[in-house]
Amino acid sequence: MTLPAYLPILILLVLSTGFAVFSLWMASKISPRRWTPAKLAPYECGITPEDGEEVGRERFPVKFYLVAMLFIVFDIETAFMYPWAVAYDELKLFGLIEMGVFIGILLAAYVYVWKRGALEWAE
Amino acid sequence: MNWVIDLIGGPQTVIAIAKVLIVFASLLVLMILVVWAERRILADMQARIGPNRWGPFGLLQTLADGIKLITKEDFRPQLADRWTYAAAPVIAAVASFLAFAVVPFGDEVTIAGHRIDFILSDLNIGLLFFLAAGSIGVYGVALAGWSSGSKYPLLGAVRASAQMISYEIALGLSLIPIVLVSGSLSTKAIVAAQAGSVQNVTFFDGIPVLESISRYFEYVPNWYIWSQWPAFLIFLIAGIAETNRAPFDLPEAESELVAGYMTEYGGAKFLMFFLGEYLHIVTVSAMAVTLFFGGWNGPAPDFLGWVWPLAWFLFKTGLFVYLFVWLRATLPRLRYDRLMWLGWKRLIPASLLWIAVTAVVNIDNAQLSRNWKLGAFGVMFAVVMVWVGKGDPRLRSAVSPQRRLDGTT
Repeated sequence: MTLPAYLPILILLVLSTGFAVFSLWMASKISPRRWTPAKLAPYECGITPEDGEEVGRERFPVKFYLVAMLFIVFDIETAFMYPWAVAYDELKLFGLIEMGVFIGILLAAYVYVWKRGALEWAE
Repeated sequence: MNWVIDLIGGPQTVIAIAKVLIVFASLLVLMILVVWAERRILADMQARIGPNRWGPFGLLQTLADGIKLITKEDFRPQLADRWTYAAAPVIAAVASFLAFAVVPFGDEVTIAGHRIDFILSDLNIGLLFFLAAGSIGVYGVALAGWSSGSKYPLLGAVRASAQMISYEIALGLSLIPIVLVSGSLSTKAIVAAQAGSVQNVTFFDGIPVLESISRYFEYVPNWYIWSQWPAFLIFLIAGIAETNRAPFDLPEAESELVAGYMTEYGGAKFLMFFLGEYLHIVTVSAMAVTLFFGGWNGPAPDFLGWVWPLAWFLFKTGLFVYLFVWLRATLPRLRYDRLMWLGWKRLIPASLLWIAVTAVVNIDNAQLSRNWKLGAFGVMFAVVMVWVGKGDPRLRSAVSPQRRLDGTT
């Protein structure tokens, strides 16, 4: 009988999750609990938080969304290159040209994004 | 006894469970040692003494710290999202454990007729699994910052997420040349491809002195680092950024963000983040060894056959952990725009270029030896890197405000 390749990973997943959850549960049982309003307030270096319920849910620069969108584009590219790299010995010149076309199209987008300043962080 | 073994699926399953338990326990011990080593080495580099009270050389200090953290008050900020707040550290720790599943840490051993590989799971998509487990770690960071209900954790988390996903592209691209030359995503196969010494080095033939030197190449291990050093440099930089270590430790930049996404965490929950971070360092070091430095390959005497590969693996990984600590002691933290500049404008084009070079070199092996082609392209690549690495004009103007006033930039 051959072992399913993912069985050890499943065991590790269960074991590490169990360890982490058990540690947190254990800690909540054996540690003291003396909560005060000041202790539970959001940490603001000693200043009284003024934003009310909205604190910690406020807006942040839109650039982070842009990074996330660009990440998706380039990460799909990365994911696409893995099977290509594995099969490269069989694909030979055909594979090289095909990937060249694909990367070429992507590079055009990359240059466009760069020139439009989407990769600039500071003004 | 036998019916118990049959109940859970035969001896192979028993071996798998035992292996996972041993590796899990070893990882915890290793993590304790790495934290201790980091504190001792940092202390040494800063002319301090470091932890030396608990156990010999302070070895038990991390254990004492762990016990202290678990007995600390378990609190939850008023505005925190209860379950997400508790789940984030679990995700961070579990993701770090999972990534180690595809690291081959030794050769095989036969006990009572059962062959035991020193790798938890030799997946045929091992490298993809390593990247995937690393990506899940981002969830821990992002959820921790969002669920805390506080300003600094939120800012730290979006920063950390943006940094980690940006460098994940470079990390993923830096592994593709390795896949190209090895033709496999299995970490075990990649290590096997690096066994032995450098063979068939023909490009010194006919040159009087060098030809006589080249026969000593049989003493040089056949590691990918020789031909793939640009990929290694990109992997190392991206790997350090992925683990949020200095000089890329902006997510927890204590001088501006208090402690980043960990600000509202304490006690056992903080311990989980801490555990995850140090395990991540071990995993990235182990992966660098596996992909570029021959994994567990090394000279071994005839006795105790299975100990030597394990020892070589631990030794090489230890060197990389030392490098991580050394970098922390040496390099100042990057500015955020510099970080993004390096990741998006330098590492991604550089890794794409290196993939192209490796692909072209590996297309036809009849005329020139692969070493010769890769060496020539390496020189070309170095020229490009120097040109590319001349730097950002904004940095030069930032260094010298006078030049900006003069209008010379």
